[in-house]
Amino acid sequence: MEFAELIKTPRVDGVVLHRPFMPTVEGTLCLTGHHLILSSRQDNTEELWLLHANIDSIEKRFIGSLGTIIVKCKDLRVIQLDIPGMEECLNIASSIEALSTLDSVSLMYPFFYRPLFEVIEDGWQLFVPEEAFKDLESMTDEWRLSEVNKDFSVCPSYPSLLTVPKDIDDESLCKAASFRHGGRFPVLSYYHKKNGMVMMRAAQPLTGTNGRRCKEDEKLINATLCAGKRGYIIDTRTVAVAQQAKARGGGFEQEANYPQWRRIHKAVERSNVLQESLIKLVEACNDQSHSMDRWLSKLEASNWQSNVKEILTTACLAAQCIDREGASVLVHGTEGTDSTLQVTSLAQIILDPACRTIRGFEVLIEREWLQAGHPFQQRCAQSAYSNGKPRSEAPVFLLFLDCVWQILRQFPCSFQFNENFLIMLFEHAYASQFGTFLGNSVAERLKLLLSQKTVSLWSWVNRPQELERFLNPLYEPNNLVIWPSVAPQSLLLWEGVFLRWNRSSKCLDEANQEMVHIIEYNKELQNKVNSLRRQLAQLETEDGPLQTP
Amino acid sequence: MEHIRTPKVENVHMIDRLTPRKSTVGTLYLSSTHTIFVENSEARKETWVLHSLVYNVERLPTNPSGSPLLIRCKNFHVYRLLIPQEKDCLDVLASLTRLSRPECYGELFCFSFNPNLDKELREKAWGFIDLKAEFSRMGIPSNLWHVTAANHEYRLCETYPSELFVPKSAFPAVIVGSAKFRSRGRLPVLSYFHRDTSASICRSSQPLSGFSARSTDDEQMLHAIMKSNPVSELMYVVDTRPKLNAMANRATGKGYENEDHYTNIKLQFVGIENIHVMRSSQQKLVDVGELPAPSMSDFLWGLENSGWLKHIKAVLDAGVFIAKAVAEDGVSVLVHCSDGWDRTAQACSLASVLLDPYYRTIKGLMVLIEKDWVSFGHKFSHRYAHLDGDPKEVSPVMDQFLECVWQLMQQFPCAFEFNERFLIQLHTHIYSCQYGNFIGNCQKERRDLRLQERTHSLWPHLWENRAEYTNPLYRTDHSQTQGVLKPLTTAYCFKFWKGMYGHADKSVASHQSPADCLNAVREESQQLEEELIAHQERLAQLKEKKTSGGRKKTNKLSERVRRPIPIESKLSSPLDYFTATRSEKHSPSFTLPLELAAPPKNGDPDDLSTCSDFESGVADLSSHSSSAGDDTKDPDSDEAVKSNT
Repeated sequence: MEFAELIKTPRVDGVVLHRPFMPTVEGTLCLTGHHLILSSRQDNTEELWLLHANIDSIEKRFIGSLGTIIVKCKDLRVIQLDIPGMEECLNIASSIEALSTLDSVSLMYPFFYRPLFEVIEDGWQLFVPEEAFKDLESMTDEWRLSEVNKDFSVCPSYPSLLTVPKDIDDESLCKAASFRHGGRFPVLSYYHKKNGMVMMRAAQPLTGTNGRRCKEDEKLINATLCAGKRGYIIDTRTVAVAQQAKARGGGFEQEANYPQWRRIHKAVERSNVLQESLIKLVEACNDQSHSMDRWLSKLEASNWQSNVKEILTTACLAAQCIDREGASVLVHGTEGTDSTLQVTSLAQIILDPACRTIRGFEVLIEREWLQAGHPFQQRCAQSAYSNGKPRSEAPVFLLFLDCVWQILRQFPCSFQFNENFLIMLFEHAYASQFGTFLGNSVAERLKLLLSQKTVSLWSWVNRPQELERFLNPLYEPNNLVIWPSVAPQSLLLWEGVFLRWNRSSKCLDEANQEMVHIIEYNKELQNKVNSLRRQLAQLETEDGPLQTP
Repeated sequence: MEHIRTPKVENVHMIDRLTPRKSTVGTLYLSSTHTIFVENSEARKETWVLHSLVYNVERLPTNPSGSPLLIRCKNFHVYRLLIPQEKDCLDVLASLTRLSRPECYGELFCFSFNPNLDKELREKAWGFIDLKAEFSRMGIPSNLWHVTAANHEYRLCETYPSELFVPKSAFPAVIVGSAKFRSRGRLPVLSYFHRDTSASICRSSQPLSGFSARSTDDEQMLHAIMKSNPVSELMYVVDTRPKLNAMANRATGKGYENEDHYTNIKLQFVGIENIHVMRSSQQKLVDVGELPAPSMSDFLWGLENSGWLKHIKAVLDAGVFIAKAVAEDGVSVLVHCSDGWDRTAQACSLASVLLDPYYRTIKGLMVLIEKDWVSFGHKFSHRYAHLDGDPKEVSPVMDQFLECVWQLMQQFPCAFEFNERFLIQLHTHIYSCQYGNFIGNCQKERRDLRLQERTHSLWPHLWENRAEYTNPLYRTDHSQTQGVLKPLTTAYCFKFWKGMYGHADKSVASHQSPADCLNAVREESQQLEEELIAHQERLAQLKEKKTSGGRKKTNKLSERVRRPIPIESKLSSPLDYFTATRSEKHSPSFTLPLELAAPPKNGDPDDLSTCSDFESGVADLSSHSSSAGDDTKDPDSDEAVKSNT
């Protein structure tokens, strides 16, 4: 298929662009295969380049022959294009609609994008399972790297290499896989160096209504327990939801079959409910005419903040079991690809200082989200302005980022990255020139040859020039476990994302600059003082010998 | 002392509601001014609660482990005690109830509080804020405005200051006539003059207009005010009440200005509710904070239901309206409500904060409070229940003003010289009665009480400690510190003030504060600057010697060990009250011995136990942990949560 077929009108003059916090611009609108471009003839700096993939939905309006297209983006921005001529407007609108909803992944922009920078460090090599396993081996010898899933037949959503207890052979793994939803048998997610406790993740067990059991599954998770110790199974669903799952062949671990495990049920919402929550929240944020009562009631009704609280609470609970109770933990929900990953990745941020560095956080996303098979492509196909019936879209990853932001706010000195880093990840998960978030699993990504045909987001982010924007000036590395408060008054609305286009961030940005200045000035002084100290010391030692003839 | 039924109770438990594991055992002492809890632990940690800050004391039903006592403070701290003997509990309850409700001014703490200042210093301290200097700072043109002697000895208006700025063109008869036509004689006088536009903010109480009454003197007075702004042909009258309330007042012979009777006035209602609505709204807000383990919905619903942020928005909107009229339209504004001492004070002072960068400095805010609140007869002793009196007079008027300033600080982080702690400290002292500044209800009353001779002034004390109250992001040459602030007042711009209302439980205290971290960095930079100069001088000296062949032995420069920035530990407890009071054992300390800033931060994951799923019935990790005996040892030495101890 040629993009040209979809572009009914490639260019229109005299288009007026309105966007938040910027002066209105008149110029020429051009449509290319992947971009909507508006350039003003007077001044090239006024250009707008918008990825079609970033367009969530559009609305058309007509007053006489003047048409208006409201473009609502996945990054929550809303822009308006006034287009003279009804026909042009209709053509542009239908072209945008077609181009922003392409079905084929291989037509996406990352396959066409050629970087203007030199790739120094290939982001596709950021996380190498073998190397991560070597680190683990240096701490414990109780685990092994299994190739049981090398052709993705045991579990299509898992990567080819998985860390499993040493004493469990591949045959047992296969049996355990057949007992878990989507073949997602329990695998290692995190090893807590401090006390040797581990966090595993899986999908729900397929107990069904007649209480099926699987000896291999029991043996597999029991192998992670120390003698005489109990472990915790954190089921992200409520008891009621877990019970209902039995009717569809799913279920939860029966006490009788897992006597060494304590099961705790939490109430993290399933992904389909989350999309609704996001839509309601963004709707509330975008209506500036709300009275205080209406705003608060809409915010409450969206349930977004409740979701943040529930996810964070569950993650804290997992971290608490590991660090405080000295127990191993198994986390799962239904499929093990959404709420499970929110919980395991957040628990690691609480427990492991390495995850709070830029590099460590990137690795966490690679390991706990991309490799672990979170279906990014499905979940991020639409954002808050989708008006069709949701298929499998859900802001699972955005909620995770929101939770990270909450912790970052409470511990502003414990993270190497800043809020902008999280916002950037949100944007790229939904629309990007990079291939990182394409596909739904490792298997799919391999098939798409992403690492050969597209550039990794990390290749770009990890360049020093880019990194600078994402550094937190207040960062002081520490080795602490950080326990966030999950009280409702401690959790705020993430303004940087949800009010980003509704209120100017000028004053807040200035405050950040001020912060950077203060810290840079301090560093500068330190350097000066240190160099003077050296000079003095040198002069004085030179002076010394003169004393002794 | 006659009110203290039992001076000492042993084996009292101080309960931490969300993290029972953190509860401590100690001895409770009652002094004439404070309740003091001394932990039995080795650290002998002390908690001091000033009687005048106690809002109420509640006894809960006795249970097998003892009698619980709840002490709620006016600064929203809550202390939960468990007293072994019911009789002791009743004694403490009766003593505290009496001690926290003084019956006459003489009983207030400020009359016994003695920070060891000699007479001369005390007098000097009272002169720290000088309102005359403030009016001359405003640059009021003397050909248009002057001080009238009309209120000498408070003859014209008991609740006004004795010196009043009025238009020069208003004759004495007009001034007297206007005062007669205003509720309680509170005539229109100058509050703030805006040099850039020559527009002014004046204030008064409501006119005694009823349905038809008018006063030519009052009309002339307003005309004179309008004319004092030579370029303007118009003047706003801002009635800060909801229009309905204002209309209701007409039935009692009061009300608002009839636009037909006055030349070129434009009347504007801004709809701030009365003190009774505000009092009950704040109570609801505080109740939200006391909910045991609230869900997000409970919290947001409670926040909405309290109406608190709606009222905060109304107050700020009033300030924004006035500031815009003065700065952008160059039109003078007369502000009033009913009596002109609550909503009027809020609106005028907020407009001033928006208009004049000076009021966004530490000293400037003191001046503003002294001017718009203290001198113009805001009824501090009534509103903040300094004495046992009519509960209907109590209302968080000043709380709202301080919160509006805090909301502004959220939008303009570089615009204010002071930080949140300063506002919270001011709030505490408005209630504490430790200093004489806020005692009484007007200037006359304060004079009659001879407060300047008998009590101390808060302002120099705060000024001496200003380093603690400084916003590290403030720079006098920053663009945000210049000119008029134009805040957004969309509903979503208003936040719950956690620093003020969020510490009914310690567990929700904030963890790290960027501001404290930055202050530490700035402090270090200052030391480095000094060191740099010293090194440079030394270097020059050495070089000099070298060239001159000097051989004198030199003392090796003591190398300052680089102090690591105490980020985690410092932040965890920005103002370590406990260490501060420990050094001042058993004598009333100069600073308020209360936890003013974030207490030892939580982060203890035990607060999760309250949140874990009850459905499963297996999630009670905290009980599990105590049965495992975990709480006897301290496994957290490397955790953020404990690093402050």
